[in-house]
Amino acid sequence: MTNVRSSSSEGTATMTDRVDIPAADVDASGTAAHTGPDNRIVVEDLNIYYSSFLAVKDVNMVIEPRSVTALIGPSGCGKSTFIRSLNRMHEVITGAHVEGAVYVDGENLYGPGVDPVAVRRKVGMVFQRPNPFPTMSIADNVLAGKRLNSKRINKSDAEDLVEKSLRGANLWEEVKDRLDKPGSGLSGGQQQRLCIARAIAVEPEILLMDEPCSALDPISTLAIEQLMNELKSTYTIVIVTHNMQQAARVSSRTAFFTIDGTGQPGYVVEMDDTDVMFSNPKQQSTIDYVTGRFG
Amino acid sequence: MTITDTPPGGDTIAAPTETTSKLGDRIFGGISLGAGILILVTLAAVALFLFVEAWPTFGAEPSTFNESFSSYVAPLLFGTIWAAFLALLLALPLAVAVALFVSHYAPKRLAVSFGYFIDLLAAIPSVVFGLWGIAVLAPILSRSVYPWLEDNLGFLPFFAGPASTSGRTMMTVAVVLAVMILPIITAISREVFLQTPRLHEEASLALGATKWEMIRQAVLPYGRSGVISGAMLGLGRALGETMAVAIILSPANIITVNVISNQNPNTIAANIALKFPESAGLNVNRLIATGLVLFFVTFIVNALARRIANAGFSGADG
Amino acid sequence: MTLTEQRPAPTEPSSSITANRMTRVQVGAVGLVAVAVGALSWLSSGSPNWARWIVVTLVTYCVGIYIVARIVEGRRQALDRLMLALVTSAFALVVMPLASVIWTVIERGTNRFDAEFFTETMRGVTGEGGGIYHAIVGTLIVTGLATLMSVPFGLFTAIYLAEYGHGTKLAKAIQAMVDVMTGIPSIVAGLFAYAMFELIFGPGTRSGIAGAVALTVLMTPVVVRSSEEMLRLVPNELREASYALGVPKWKTIVKVVLPTAIAGIITGVVLAIARVIGETAPLLVTAGLAQGVNWNPFDGRMTTLPVFTYYQYVQPGVPPSNGQDRAWAAALVLIIIVMVLFTLARILAHVLKPKGLR
Repeated sequence: MTNVRSSSSEGTATMTDRVDIPAADVDASGTAAHTGPDNRIVVEDLNIYYSSFLAVKDVNMVIEPRSVTALIGPSGCGKSTFIRSLNRMHEVITGAHVEGAVYVDGENLYGPGVDPVAVRRKVGMVFQRPNPFPTMSIADNVLAGKRLNSKRINKSDAEDLVEKSLRGANLWEEVKDRLDKPGSGLSGGQQQRLCIARAIAVEPEILLMDEPCSALDPISTLAIEQLMNELKSTYTIVIVTHNMQQAARVSSRTAFFTIDGTGQPGYVVEMDDTDVMFSNPKQQSTIDYVTGRFG
Repeated sequence: MTITDTPPGGDTIAAPTETTSKLGDRIFGGISLGAGILILVTLAAVALFLFVEAWPTFGAEPSTFNESFSSYVAPLLFGTIWAAFLALLLALPLAVAVALFVSHYAPKRLAVSFGYFIDLLAAIPSVVFGLWGIAVLAPILSRSVYPWLEDNLGFLPFFAGPASTSGRTMMTVAVVLAVMILPIITAISREVFLQTPRLHEEASLALGATKWEMIRQAVLPYGRSGVISGAMLGLGRALGETMAVAIILSPANIITVNVISNQNPNTIAANIALKFPESAGLNVNRLIATGLVLFFVTFIVNALARRIANAGFSGADG
Repeated sequence: MTLTEQRPAPTEPSSSITANRMTRVQVGAVGLVAVAVGALSWLSSGSPNWARWIVVTLVTYCVGIYIVARIVEGRRQALDRLMLALVTSAFALVVMPLASVIWTVIERGTNRFDAEFFTETMRGVTGEGGGIYHAIVGTLIVTGLATLMSVPFGLFTAIYLAEYGHGTKLAKAIQAMVDVMTGIPSIVAGLFAYAMFELIFGPGTRSGIAGAVALTVLMTPVVVRSSEEMLRLVPNELREASYALGVPKWKTIVKVVLPTAIAGIITGVVLAIARVIGETAPLLVTAGLAQGVNWNPFDGRMTTLPVFTYYQYVQPGVPPSNGQDRAWAAALVLIIIVMVLFTLARILAHVLKPKGLR
């Protein structure tokens, strides 16, 4: 079992250093590591269970703010389970629970008295298959999350928000003339960008993306990747992807998950800057996966 | 399952004995086709025979009956639709709530048993509901509910009273009918709620919705046409219900919306049940004519239900 | 270097993810208060009024939980809790009449659950005594005949729809008409049977066979629907394997498809029987009421269990308790029969299900 601490990335107030911080140092700084710059995610000893079955074990990682972090690894190794634990969507399945902690802005998402509903406002999610609400118009889709959280939005505020979110998702130009048409009438790539617009309309701090392009064609995929590049200046993005080339294209940090066999829990093998992970990883199984020897 | 008949002349697999198979297929296929056509014939026969039997009513001399057919059937038709409407009013919100309970709120292990309990309601014969209605429900309502309604809400034409002491009122009937049609509405609604794509439920939850908000955002819009179609089927069932009404209701030849008194318009079906066994001659024809009217009404309601169901499901796929 | 200038200012202050939640104890307290208030509603009268207790408790709980949650947790959470309370109350509310019906029938029906009741008829009986022997015989004959007519009728129609008539206009028309048939009110089916026999055999005929015809009209669409569904579930590979061996189509259906689907078909038939065995209205106008046993379905009135129940209650004679007791006991017998049939159907569906099919 490997316990890997991630090194810090660019753009933060702390010292940048491309060398792995030895585990002891981070442990010693203890709580100091939890409070940090905005939207930093610190995962500490996270074990994820489906009832009594351990699905993902002992995850420790730091995800730096306003960057894209990719999670790669073979099928079934727990990447999706892990990412869904970051916005407590994992618990939607009966009997699912976690041990350990996930700190965002110094607050433990799994602390006592924490409302999962409030967590999901802070941590947004985009799913593998686009899922705009079929009975709602495009504008209503964008506003769906906002309407839940606010009492009433007056018309002009609503229109502003729709435009801002759709622009933020690079979809405004394409749909601005048909905002009251159903969301299901768009192409796959457009629907996915609509879902992204819907997610960012509630102004989350973190955006989780669970294989967002796997159901899309290459052109749409490219559009989403370009979008990610723009969004990362505002949001912290964590993306699960099966596509290593995509991870190499969009992310600055990458974590490699694997699993020893069916029935075994998934775990993080290694996490590092993306270019290091794909050119010069430290662990043998990472090398094997990245060079295509398995997976 | 056995497959007999090895083909004669061995090596060509696909060559059965021409004559016997052709004959067998012809006969068998013919019987099947005949059965299918018999369905069409039966339906045509129902309409035709009823019409033939009803016809003398329309051609009869005015002196035979005290009134025209339309004035005879008008209060009955009103009573039929009014009772069914009231039953639907009571049953629909409860049915949707129970369906939601079973599909989304109850613990999974118990949900199946709960569904089974509700289906048990559908198994109870209507005559038993009639007995229960008049022996148990009517006294309870006439003791506790109707006097209160008359005292406090008597200014409304529905509760103008005087409150019946026997409880054999339209409102009692409506409650019993509601209990009887609830299982079918619940069953269809539950089906459709369970079919809400998980993807949309999760989209809602991921936006930070509470459970009820998710149901409002993802489940109910998806299930709307199914619920409506279930409601119309329940309405159709209530329109045709006979025995519960016949046993419980204290009928009179009036049209009124007063639901707590002893003077209530009867329904077509209950009227037939009450009068038919002792009727003869043209009275029988007239009763059958009212039956024809009932057939039309239920036919239209059921056709509407089918139309909505078909339109709805193709829309939800988009 | 800060990147914060690139981030648009949030329109709402960043909210904490912690929120006040009600504890289990608090929820339980609201529940207990509701139960107490419910008890108060009948306390003054002395004897427990279960219905009122339950209703008042549920209403109090719904109102109370909303108010308390609104104060402690906030509007959205309060609404969420209220909806949970409401749908659970709805379920409880629906269970009440069901429980009441079953309880009443058992309580009142057991007054006459004696040997005489099952072996005697009503011939010559006024007042006490009497039984349902003739009604049971009548029900068995009429329902049996109806089953004998509707099962082949319905099954062959289903075979046509599933095996021969795929997608043809005729099949669509037949399916639509089957739908219409399911919606026919039972009294109308009775009137049809009456009309048919009157037009053929003359006015005023009452017979068991007419009742069976009425029930057939009600049963057949149920048989068609469930059989068709079962036949469609049989995988096409089985049929193709049979054809590839040179088995003609009709034999394939009889020897391959039907045996595979037979469990579901039988279940459907049992459910159809359960549906019609309690039908009163169509039998009122066709088979009518007789005092004694009639073994001949082609001649004369024949009493059936539901019709017996009806008449015993609404024309109980003097004193009415005798007739009413008989009615309740007959109702109990009816319910038992229907429950047994339903349970049988469920068991059959489970036990006979061929492995590997759905």
